[in-house]
Amino acid sequence: MKQKILRSILAMTGALAMIIAAPAQAWEPKKPVEFIIMAGTGGGADQIARLLQGLIEKKGLSPRPFIPINKPGGSGAEALRYLQDKAGDDHVVMMTLNSFYTTPIIQPDLGVDPTGFTPIGLMAMDTFLLWVHTDRNDITDLDSYVKAVKSTGKSWKVGGTGSGQEDSVLTAMMEAEFGYNVTYIPFPGGGTVAKNLIGKQIDSTVNNPSEQMAFYQAGSSKPLVQFTGERMAAFPDVPTAKELGIGIEYYMQRSVNGPPGMSAGAAEFYRNLFQELFDSKEWQDFCTSDGLTCDTMIAGSDLGDFHATQYVAHEKLIEQVGASAITGE
Amino acid sequence: MFEIADLLAAGLIQSFEPLNFAMILAGCMAGLFIGAMPGLGSVNGVAILLPVTFLVPPTAAIIFLAALYYGAMYGGAISSITLGIPGASTAVATVFDGRPMAQKGKANQAMMAAAIASFIGGTISIILFTLFAPPLAEVALKFGPQEEFALMILAFATFIGLGGDDIPKTIFSILLGLVMAAVGFDIISGKPRLIFFDMVEFQRGIGFLVLAIGIYGIGEMLWTLEQTGGKIKFDRVSATWAELKKHLGEIKKYLPTTSLSSVLGFFVGTLPAAGATPASLMAYGLAKTFSKDPDSFGKGNISGVAAPEAANNAASTGSMLPMITLGIPGSPTTAILLGGMIIWGLRPGPLLFANNPDFVWGLIGSMYVANFVTVALNLALIPLFVRVLAMPFTILTPIIFILCFVGVFATTDRMFDVWLMLVLGLGGYLLRKLNYPVAPAVLAIVLGPLAERSMRQSLIGSQGDVTTFISISEHPISLGCIVIAVVLMLYPVWSNYRRKIANKTAF
Repeated sequence: MKQKILRSILAMTGALAMIIAAPAQAWEPKKPVEFIIMAGTGGGADQIARLLQGLIEKKGLSPRPFIPINKPGGSGAEALRYLQDKAGDDHVVMMTLNSFYTTPIIQPDLGVDPTGFTPIGLMAMDTFLLWVHTDRNDITDLDSYVKAVKSTGKSWKVGGTGSGQEDSVLTAMMEAEFGYNVTYIPFPGGGTVAKNLIGKQIDSTVNNPSEQMAFYQAGSSKPLVQFTGERMAAFPDVPTAKELGIGIEYYMQRSVNGPPGMSAGAAEFYRNLFQELFDSKEWQDFCTSDGLTCDTMIAGSDLGDFHATQYVAHEKLIEQVGASAITGE
Repeated sequence: MFEIADLLAAGLIQSFEPLNFAMILAGCMAGLFIGAMPGLGSVNGVAILLPVTFLVPPTAAIIFLAALYYGAMYGGAISSITLGIPGASTAVATVFDGRPMAQKGKANQAMMAAAIASFIGGTISIILFTLFAPPLAEVALKFGPQEEFALMILAFATFIGLGGDDIPKTIFSILLGLVMAAVGFDIISGKPRLIFFDMVEFQRGIGFLVLAIGIYGIGEMLWTLEQTGGKIKFDRVSATWAELKKHLGEIKKYLPTTSLSSVLGFFVGTLPAAGATPASLMAYGLAKTFSKDPDSFGKGNISGVAAPEAANNAASTGSMLPMITLGIPGSPTTAILLGGMIIWGLRPGPLLFANNPDFVWGLIGSMYVANFVTVALNLALIPLFVRVLAMPFTILTPIIFILCFVGVFATTDRMFDVWLMLVLGLGGYLLRKLNYPVAPAVLAIVLGPLAERSMRQSLIGSQGDVTTFISISEHPISLGCIVIAVVLMLYPVWSNYRRKIANKTAF
């Protein structure tokens, strides 16, 4: 009798231990996850993060919701510093763009090392095109564009997201290539940049496809050249810079990263979650319609290596064109 | 014109379909409570409830979220009036006169005025939306950095009148707010600035709600305690049909202000980047400037409740316009709605009206219906809300303090901001004791970053030429706004002067 009781107690403890141990094996968020966006509303990063957040909810991939939060301050400096301060926190991830590299390079005082963050997954490589308003009948291709800019001089206004960030890097690369000087005006996000081009407050932009798509389809803006290796399916008639003999090829990474020191279990959870999103039909459709390159998801330590390479490449690029050409100081 | 009527009728019929109508009811109800909780605003509400909408078709989904958005606009007024702490940033201006009215035992009046003004604001705004959406999208496009800056100057000008007679003290208060707004990262170069005592926490800046809750929750409460020694007693307020009927007779007192604020709120809301908070603050400033009795503002003037409430509801409808027509959200809440639309497979932008008329007109139709539902719901619930004031002051005060702490922590999730709120609250109490107006500082911390960014963008674009703001050939809208701003700034000076002359001749 006694033995029987003892055995049943043992069995019960065993069962209990299993119940307790089971959830400990796979980490899951215990509270809402902050989904930081290092740029303003309406831009490429913002649209992507909000689409991903919705898909997470729709597919029920996380027991707790992802809450998108925009931190556009100081060309992403605010967001980077925020993530750095959240070291060891398992409930925050960030949607990044190239300011993930450029802002820490230009501002060493910030004390942020992006290669120290926890890499999760590269969702896409975004592309750049050169856009002008459709009403500019005098501009039909890159040559006429360069001519128009040169005859206008310094009062030619190029709008872009943030300063010392990818848009201004690309603008500085073009200045160096074509030997002209323009005025670069920073805006908080790509959506505002697109709107200001359509409202003719600025003369040209280097918007990503998703930011101009609605206006392009409505016939308000036209792309002149794409800064990609090959022509994108979404823009079959727009030449690449390379075809025109211009050596500019530039991409934007759209990766998700966690703060430094995120636990291995959490990092794995997010990696699997974003892999599932990456493979979904919705995401792949979005990539095709918006001219994003999404062949395979670079994840984990591979993404860490990717960041390290990109960081060095941006350091060189900034040295080449000069930090002052980018920040406008 | 007939085409619009036709489409609108179809939209209205759509919103009475059982599912859609249920969504309106549920959305308004949820919004009301979310708005009333300090620290939880429409932004959090929409973000948290977004997943619910994947269970229903897109039109029902946007109807639900939009209803939640208006519900929250009113809900914010409830805690502003009964507790004196703004339930959401959009309801800060409602505290200015809503709280004094409650202290005089007129909480029911204030809440009825808020409900009715919200209804008028929402209705005027939705009518403007229906008739003029495409041309207004054109106007929004014309708004570049110069125009945005001029609009901000206009907003500041309305606030010179807010501080009462003491213009130097008002200007001091605005400047104090601007300094606090500048803490954190430089918005153009991204360099840290004004990091007090080298504390890294300041890099994230001083949050608007931290200041507003500090000043109105902590500062005002301390002031009230000092003045009354806690021996304050709210008159038992009743909210009955008879009261409501009596109130309906008094609407004409605040009707002109309300209509003006509704139109103003709508236009400010349609501009990307502005939103309902600046709209409500501007409406309050204007209402005071043009009142026959400006001195009674801040002491419980019913127009001071109606104006911001009409404006914030109007602006919430207005901010849907750039989202739908340009694909650019006019407020943080509509930014989340925009994300929802992308998932539902819609691409907001210039083609949405043409490609998805059912969706757009269903949404517009639901706005009309949601307005009726919200006002009915609100009026019905007033008796419940005013019961809060039946609590003895000695119990209510600690509850308010706790709500302040929870509200700040819930919004920013860090203890530093809770301590900061306490410090700012004490500062607010000192300013109050020294007779400085605090409202202009609150306004400045909201508008400061918007004004700074647009000013610097303009000056970069014009190569540092300041006259770009008043160039009639390039920026006529900006010039117009600045001229009105100058007139508004001089108006209180002139009326003060006239009053002094009048007083002199009286003696």
